[in-house]
Amino acid sequence: MSHRSFVWLCLLPLAVVTAAFFLLPMARLVVTGAEGPQGVAGYLAILTEPRYRATLINTVALAAATTIVTLIVATIAGMFLQRHRFPGRAVLIAMLTFPLAFPGVVIGFLIILLAGRQGLIGDVSNRMLGEKLVFAYSIYGLFLGYLYFSIPRVILTIMAAVQKLDVGLEEAARSLGASPWAVQRDVVLPALAPAFVASGAIAFATAMGAFGTAFTLATNIDVLPMLIYTEFTLAANFSTSAALSVGLGIITWFILALARSFSGSAVAAAG
Amino acid sequence: MNASAGHGASMRIEACGKTFIDGTRALEPATLDIARGETLVLLGPSGCGKTTMLRIIAGLELPDPGGKVLFDGKDMTSVPIERRNVGMVFQSYALFPNMSVADNIGYGLKIRGVPAKERAARVAELVALTNIAGLENRRIDQLSGGQRQRVALARAVAIRPGILLLDEPLTALDAALRDRLRGELNRLLRALGITTIYVTHDQAEAMELGDRVVVMQKGTIAQIGTPRQIYFTPQSRFVAEFIGAANIIESPIENGYLVLPGGRQAIGNDANFPTAVAMIRPETIRVVETGSAPLSGVIDSVSFIGDRQRLVVSGASSKLITVDAPNTVQAKAGERVGLLISPEAVRLLPSES
Ligand SMILES: Nc1ncnc2c1ncn2[C@@H]1O[C@H](COP(=O)(O)OP(=O)(O)OP(=O)(O)O)[C@@H](O)[C@H]1O
Ligand SMILES: [Mg+2]
Repeated sequence: MSHRSFVWLCLLPLAVVTAAFFLLPMARLVVTGAEGPQGVAGYLAILTEPRYRATLINTVALAAATTIVTLIVATIAGMFLQRHRFPGRAVLIAMLTFPLAFPGVVIGFLIILLAGRQGLIGDVSNRMLGEKLVFAYSIYGLFLGYLYFSIPRVILTIMAAVQKLDVGLEEAARSLGASPWAVQRDVVLPALAPAFVASGAIAFATAMGAFGTAFTLATNIDVLPMLIYTEFTLAANFSTSAALSVGLGIITWFILALARSFSGSAVAAAG
Repeated sequence: MNASAGHGASMRIEACGKTFIDGTRALEPATLDIARGETLVLLGPSGCGKTTMLRIIAGLELPDPGGKVLFDGKDMTSVPIERRNVGMVFQSYALFPNMSVADNIGYGLKIRGVPAKERAARVAELVALTNIAGLENRRIDQLSGGQRQRVALARAVAIRPGILLLDEPLTALDAALRDRLRGELNRLLRALGITTIYVTHDQAEAMELGDRVVVMQKGTIAQIGTPRQIYFTPQSRFVAEFIGAANIIESPIENGYLVLPGGRQAIGNDANFPTAVAMIRPETIRVVETGSAPLSGVIDSVSFIGDRQRLVVSGASSKLITVDAPNTVQAKAGERVGLLISPEAVRLLPSES
């Protein structure tokens, strides 16, 4: 047996698994999406149908906001945690990364405990302002939940990237007269850009497709996964839900590709 | 070059010691004066505190309480590095990977708000000065080690610093390139006339570049002097052995002579010590007929090292003696030879060291 055919033989199981569990169901999903009353045009409904389009915009806005806020919070926290040694640091890191294993349902539950009708925020605001602040069952609650969800993941990636930063670069910039802000802008953030893109992509994709938290908070939150769920189980509208699913995948992929090429050229152009 | 020629600050560090938080005592309190325009070399083996002293001068480390750093007589101890106007070249060069060569060189000027046109002119000037024309638009990872070194130097000099600090700038390069760049660096530093502190563990670099050399040993200053003083009149065994090759001979002294197994060697003063430690440089020893020198021994080995030959002689002293002789001397292993050493070439060292 030649070396080449041996390599191909080893790749065979991978090919089988890919075909069975990935390609075939995907193909079926794509076909189902085109089997509605409008045929292939069903795919365009996600953009043309006003209700679907509003949901799509909502979802993208939510995912983008989640990603941006997560990156800001996680960068500041990750940088601080990686660069400073203080008592209780290990405990703090453990606490921050504790929600990693929680499913969306638990996150939703936590949000209700915090901002629900009997929640902490409601209690405090009631006592201080005489008005009960409740936002758990809306897209704001969902936003908070997604932050909770993605911050631990992103913090770990950023901490690893910060650890690999060359302190010499920062010292060089300072010796040339750069203020602490300028050092961050010109040296630290460009060096962290790849970590931002990688962890931001995960945060974004998760926020686009997560379902458990939304489902726990309320059934009428206007995001794509909830829409797919209602079309599928309540309206038994298989072709629409399939078309929406494919659309969700493509749009997420497209936005991530856009972000990646933009940040790639931004890194190159920073010079 | 232009306005920066002959410029720079004078500097004084006063009782600067450094104890790191983990208790490591990297530097014993040291005091040092550096004149305006002088090139001072910090020389010493790995871990002796050279980088620590440089970082204290730069403002990247604070000296232990009581220590002071003064530029032109002004106390800078608590001024952060970004306001000290020092140019630094790091051992790893620390060039910004996200900027082109030209942007690296111009970064300090950009931070200072120098207009783009003026900045470009200054960058062009430095590119020419450091011999890197044609590389301006390259990314850093597209440069060779020697080119990176030049960019790092150009970047540090661009801001017309009061003091230029270099931490082993040539160590990362291969030997041939190092030799060439050393000469180039020397000419450049002389042309700039800027106050320079240069850290190295390579004594050849220290000799060539330094107006004065500070030899450091385990966090203390072992000796300060011109390269010639350090080489010819070391004040301790450590300095003698660290700078160049040295024969260190322990021997009793009688009426101004070292009493050795291979004969007697005059030392130029008629001291009487029970024993002394003497240093003799290999190139100060002349190989002659046995009868023409009071000291003699047997050649153990001869090795040809290009411009001269190195002989190892046994029997003259209790230890082997190394002699650097011109290639014109006919010498064979096993031959008995006389060793002619002028009394001034024998340097007595304090015996406790
Ligand atoms: N941040 C630090 N914390 C604790 N100890 C340190 C620190 N930096 C340096 N040291 C110690 O201080 C001593 C002097 O270090 P320094 O870097 O000044 O040596 P050096 O002369 O520059 O050596 P080399 O030639 O290897 O660069 C060493 O023993 C080193 O281990
Ligand atoms: Mg060092």
